[in-house]
Order: sequence, then structure tokens, then C-alpha cells
Amino acid sequence: MKVLVAMSGGVDSSVAAARLIAAGDEVVGVTMKLWGGESDTGCCSVSDVDDARRVAQQLGIAHHAWTFSGDFDRHVVDPYVDAHRRGVTPNPCIECNRHLKFDRLLRRAHAVGFETVATGHHARIVTRPDGTRRLARGADAAKDQSYVLYVLGQAELSRTLLPVGEMTKAEVRAEAEELGLRTAHKPDSQDVCFITSSRGRRGFLGGRIDLRPGRVVDDAGRDVGSVDAVELVTVGQRRGLGLPGGGAPRYVVDVDVPTATVRVGTDCDLLCEQVTLERVVWSADPPGAGPGSSIAAQCSAHGPPRPARVEPVGTTRAVVRFDGRVRRVARGQSVVLYEGDEVIGGGIAAA
Amino acid sequence: MPEQPDRPGPITYLDHAATTPLRPAARDAMLPWLGERFGNPSGDHRVARAARQAVDEARDVVADVVGCRPGDVLFTSGGTEADNMAVRGVHAARPGQVLCSAIEHDAVRSPVRLVGGATVAVDSRGVFDLGALGAALTPDVSLLALMTANNEVGVVQPVAEAAELVRRRAPRAVVHTDAVQAASWLDLPTVVAGADLIAVSSHKVGGPQGVGALVARRGTPLRPLLLGGGQERELRSGTHNVAGIVGMAAALRAAAAERNGATARVGALRDRLADGLLAAIPGAVQTGAAEGARRLPGTAHLCIPGIESEALLFLLDEAGVCASAASACASGAHQASHVLAAMGIGPDLGSGALRLSLGWTSADADVDHALRVIPAAVARLRGAQDRGAEPAGRGPSGPAPEAPRAGDKVVSPSAAQPPTIRSRDLSGEAPQR
Repeated sequence: MKVLVAMSGGVDSSVAAARLIAAGDEVVGVTMKLWGGESDTGCCSVSDVDDARRVAQQLGIAHHAWTFSGDFDRHVVDPYVDAHRRGVTPNPCIECNRHLKFDRLLRRAHAVGFETVATGHHARIVTRPDGTRRLARGADAAKDQSYVLYVLGQAELSRTLLPVGEMTKAEVRAEAEELGLRTAHKPDSQDVCFITSSRGRRGFLGGRIDLRPGRVVDDAGRDVGSVDAVELVTVGQRRGLGLPGGGAPRYVVDVDVPTATVRVGTDCDLLCEQVTLERVVWSADPPGAGPGSSIAAQCSAHGPPRPARVEPVGTTRAVVRFDGRVRRVARGQSVVLYEGDEVIGGGIAAA
Repeated sequence: MPEQPDRPGPITYLDHAATTPLRPAARDAMLPWLGERFGNPSGDHRVARAARQAVDEARDVVADVVGCRPGDVLFTSGGTEADNMAVRGVHAARPGQVLCSAIEHDAVRSPVRLVGGATVAVDSRGVFDLGALGAALTPDVSLLALMTANNEVGVVQPVAEAAELVRRRAPRAVVHTDAVQAASWLDLPTVVAGADLIAVSSHKVGGPQGVGALVARRGTPLRPLLLGGGQERELRSGTHNVAGIVGMAAALRAAAAERNGATARVGALRDRLADGLLAAIPGAVQTGAAEGARRLPGTAHLCIPGIESEALLFLLDEAGVCASAASACASGAHQASHVLAAMGIGPDLGSGALRLSLGWTSADADVDHALRVIPAAVARLRGAQDRGAEPAGRGPSGPAPEAPRAGDKVVSPSAAQPPTIRSRDLSGEAPQR
């Protein structure tokens, strides 16, 4: 089988490529050049492209670097900046998977004759008795990336391979070491690729939008503190609010960017019983209407799955009702719905 | 040509503008210096003298091919160093306004930007705008850099006319020309006669990589980039690359000796290739082939609407055809072309750019193979796009062609001209003498 492997320059996609070659597939490596600016691995991620190329050389496969920076700016960076301007908390990695890795790259691969694309994500793709596919959690619970991949539907799942999804990270590194791959001990990538550790989110956004100071008020509307950039405040946040010490911990429960007002409350005020999702994607068919089927909802990349019921509303929205109360989900964050270890869909928390 | 390990099969090499295969004459000249012969030409003994003689004889050859005195030839590590040395070396010796054309190679553009210079427009044919130059020339101008021929579209530039204009309007200014692409094809003593500084590169003419020269005519104000042992009239320190230098000289001599025949032979191959592609690929246009613009005989540059260069190059590579979209970038990923942008070619056409560059090894079989492979690859990509594989009408995936960067000063042409890309080569050819 001809397989195009998306090689990020990390250990996971290196081993993914090696395993496909070992299985007898006809493999070509591609590194997607997405961010043209500064990053923690150097300008234009040159060192990551270098690592991917060196691994491809070692494996004896062709390697190409494809530039999708225009699409990345349009679908990931610009919406990220705009979300902060509106006081919404975005997840750029999910948008990158949705628009770049599992759309643009899949289409490019198809155009050049590759019906299958592999990545180094820690997740699995399982086939159900009815022939449909579902994304499932990776074998390594601590490294599971199914949350950021919930946007994959049948069309994407049927053309994707995740060769390291059955392995733990330790097994991946051990295999890389055994093969002598130069990426065996490369640290895992952290955080958002276009945000540098030196300049941070503030430095990145500060050059693109006006960051405005804001009031911090309690539930009675009294001023209790202040923030210097209301666009950077997230629901659930505790620190950096200029609150006096002592008393029960207080959390951000609401951010109103137009009036530059941050409302704080107690742990209790932060809890909610349900969340409405928009831009909902179902892995296969949506669950039936009615009181809702029993599932688990995960509200952040490494958050705990919470028992819940989901009820689709039309084709693109859904209401998730938690069993009990959970911490409020920031607007813009993704909520991913699981049946056991399998993703059935997900969506973005609406206002 | 040997096979590449990662992709088996024969190779049709159509990327001579990126680098050329080594000429046998260059290899033969180098072999002794990769074997029994060695020596530091700066020493004072028989081994050193022998190396010195080899470098001096190479210098004579380069001077003869370029049309300068042997003492004007400064050996460098390549074209990029020669261009940097010209721009930064002149700016250091004679501060003032620096100008370059909008289609220079980055080896010129980047140092010009570094010293706060401005770019002067080209017209839609890719020809330097002498009217814009006239408007930009003030007594304060200290350097004009205008390439002899462009590396992407192959258009030959009016260096002699520009130099004449500079003499009249900015008499203290120095004229630099990057002749890296032209050296294989044009009679340099004629075309660069007006330039004070001339950059050449060995590996574009069938010599080894890693060596080049800057010709600096006597009296040209110049400061060195590299300080050290004071080699090359104290303008380029560093022990000579003897093997590389003798290889370059041999390659330049061989290229010059066969120039007339090669121009006709390769020009005919190029025309058959370009005409065949234009006939077989609906909507394809040839860039740099406008009436009244001269072009290097080895270069065919096409813009193919409805496809993306990266995808096309992938399919061509699979089929054994080595080509390029524009100049290469260090990371291997393609950048939007400032040359096409300067010619007024938008992303709709520019995103499907394909540069095919022929050279001394090109043969009929290469053209036959390319004519079989390229139209089929384009048809396949267009078919995939119709099925929704690649975005149709959504513009390019890569960055949009570069707008002038902040801080760049652009001297516009006398009147903005709409892009005029002709679908057939109606141009005159490079001089065939």
C-alpha cells in the first residue's frame, strides 16, 4: 500500500514511518511547513524539518517539505487571534487537525496518488461490526491524543493510519532507539507551535491585537481587582487577577470582552450542569434524539471524562448534560464525547 | 546518471539552474588536487608554488572568460559570497544609497535590505525598468546591483544600458552584476562590459560546488567581508580552495568553448519542450518569453493554472523528472516567488509555477520524457482537483507572493503595466555568437 507519512520531526512520526516500512508499505515522508514565523525550534521550524529529513534518509524513503502556511494562517492563526479578541478560548491544535493535517494534507495526498496518510498521533482507529470506523484512545493513557482528533469523520478515518496508537510512549522511544533513529530522545512538543516559550501568548497576541486592561468584579458588581489584558483571561483562572489575599479561592466565572469586565466567584459559582456545543462533528451517525444516550464528556486535552448524556440539536449542535455538576467549560473549548474508549463526536462550547 | 536510492529509476534532470552535473574537463582538472597534489598557495616552497601556479593559471582562465584582468579576479566560496561581498563591501567602502532590481537573487536582495537599500521595478516581461532607474538615480547612489540574467525566468537584463545610465546620472556609483546564471550562455566580456563587479559561480557552469569568484575591476571601492591571512589582494582571506578553483576554471573554459553550439542546441531543445508543453497543457503560459525580452536558452518557465507547484513536483519526482518551482529554500520548502510578484503575476498563476532548466547534459531523450510525464501529471492533478482533492479557486497553499516588506522602498515603474504573459515564445534569443 502507498502511504504518505506526515513526519513532524518528532519521535512518534519517525517510528510510525519505520513501522509502515517494516510492514512492507510503500512509504513517502512529508513534513508540513505550517508556521512561517518564530518558534521554539527556530525560524520556520527548520530544525524539525531537518530531523524529519534525516530520519527519512536513515529509513531510505523520499522526503518532501510541503508549505501550507497560507492555509495555516487562514484556518488556525487568524481564528486563534480573533478568538482572543472576542474573549473566546481557542484550541488551535484541533483546528490544525481539522483543516490542515486531516483535510489539506489528505487532499494533497489524494491528488498525488496516496489514498492513505499516516501520522504519529497516540490514538487508534477501530472498525465497528457495522463497518464504520471510530477513533479510540491510544494505548498510552497519559499520551492519548484522541481529544484533539475528534474532528475526524468516516471519510478521514477510512484514509488514516495511526501506527503508534497501540504503543506506549516508552515503547515508541525504545523502538526508535533500537532503530538508531536520531529522534529517539527528542523531547515531546509542548503547547502551541507558533507560541514561543520566551515571548508567550502575550507576546504573540500583543503584536496582533490591542490587549486592554479590565476590571475584575464580584457577583455583586463590586471592583475587587484588575487585569492588564482582558483578552488573555480564561474561565476557571485563579491567578493574575489582582485580588487581595485571604478568604476562599475565587475563580474567573465570566469574561466580557466588550466591556472589559472579568467576573469572579467561588468554586461553586464555577460549576455548571450542562454545556451547549456548536460545530458538532459526529464520527459516524449522530446518536438518536430523545433524552440522550449515556456517554462520557471530556472538556480539555487531559481532563477527566465525566459521565453525561448527549442530545443532538439539529445537525451541528448538541446539549451535553453532565451527571452532577462540573467546572464550567470556557467558550471556544472543545468537548469530546466518548463511548468507553471510543470517540463518538464532539463540538465547541458555545456561549 | 546514477539512480537515487530513495526513488529508483532513470532521471531526467531539468534543474540546471539549481546546479549542473560536473563537466569531465572540470573533474579531470581537479583529480590531481584530490589525490597526489596539494599545497597552500600562500607558502614559500615548491609544494606551495605548485599550488600557487595552479591558482594563478585558473585566474587567467577566469579573467579571459569574464573579460577582465587576472588581478581583478577574487576567488570566493561561491556566488552568494561574491554577491554579499559586492553589496556589503561597496557599501562599507563608499556609503550611500544602494539600489537593486526587484528580481535579484536573495544573495543580493538580502544584503541590499541589510544596508537599507531600495529595489527598482521590472516590467511585466521581467525586464529591468530603465525609466524607473532613471528616476531613482541621485548623486547619493553608491551601488546598483542588476543581475545579468534572472535565475527563475531566465530573462536577460539590460546591464550595459543601466550601467551607462548610472555613469551619467550617478557617476560615483558602482555597478554590480550577478552573472551566475548567465555565465554558461552569454558572452560575458560583451554583456558585463559596463559592470565594475561581476559575480560568477562554478557549479552553475559544470564546475564543482563551493567555489566562485567576484570580479572587481581596478579602482572599485571594496572592503573585505572576511578578515584573516590577507589572500586575494587582502579582500578575501582564507586558504584557497585549489581543487575547486582549478575545477571552476576548467568548467568555465569548457562552457565558453562550446557556447555557440550549446546555445543553439539547448535553445532548440528548450523550445521543443516549451512548445510541446504549451500545446499539451490547456491554459499554460510561458513566463519570460514576451516579445522584445531576451532569455537564456536553457530556461523554460511556465505558469500552469489550476495546480500547485508542490504537488506537480512530487509527481514529476516520482516519474524521474527533476524540476523546480523557484529558487530553493534552506528547509526544502517552497517560498512564494518575488520574481513573479515583481512581474505582476498573481497567485492564481504563480502558484502553479514550473521552472525547467536545461544544460550541457540535456538531450532529446530528456525532452521526450518530460513531454510524456508533465502533461499527464498536470491532467492528473486537475482531475483530482475536480473531485475536490485540492482546493479549486481558493488561491495557493503557500504564502501569497511577497508584498514589499515593511521598510522596503520600492521605486515603481514609470507607469504600472498590467501583466502580459504570452502563451508562445515570440522573443528574440540570447545572442548566438
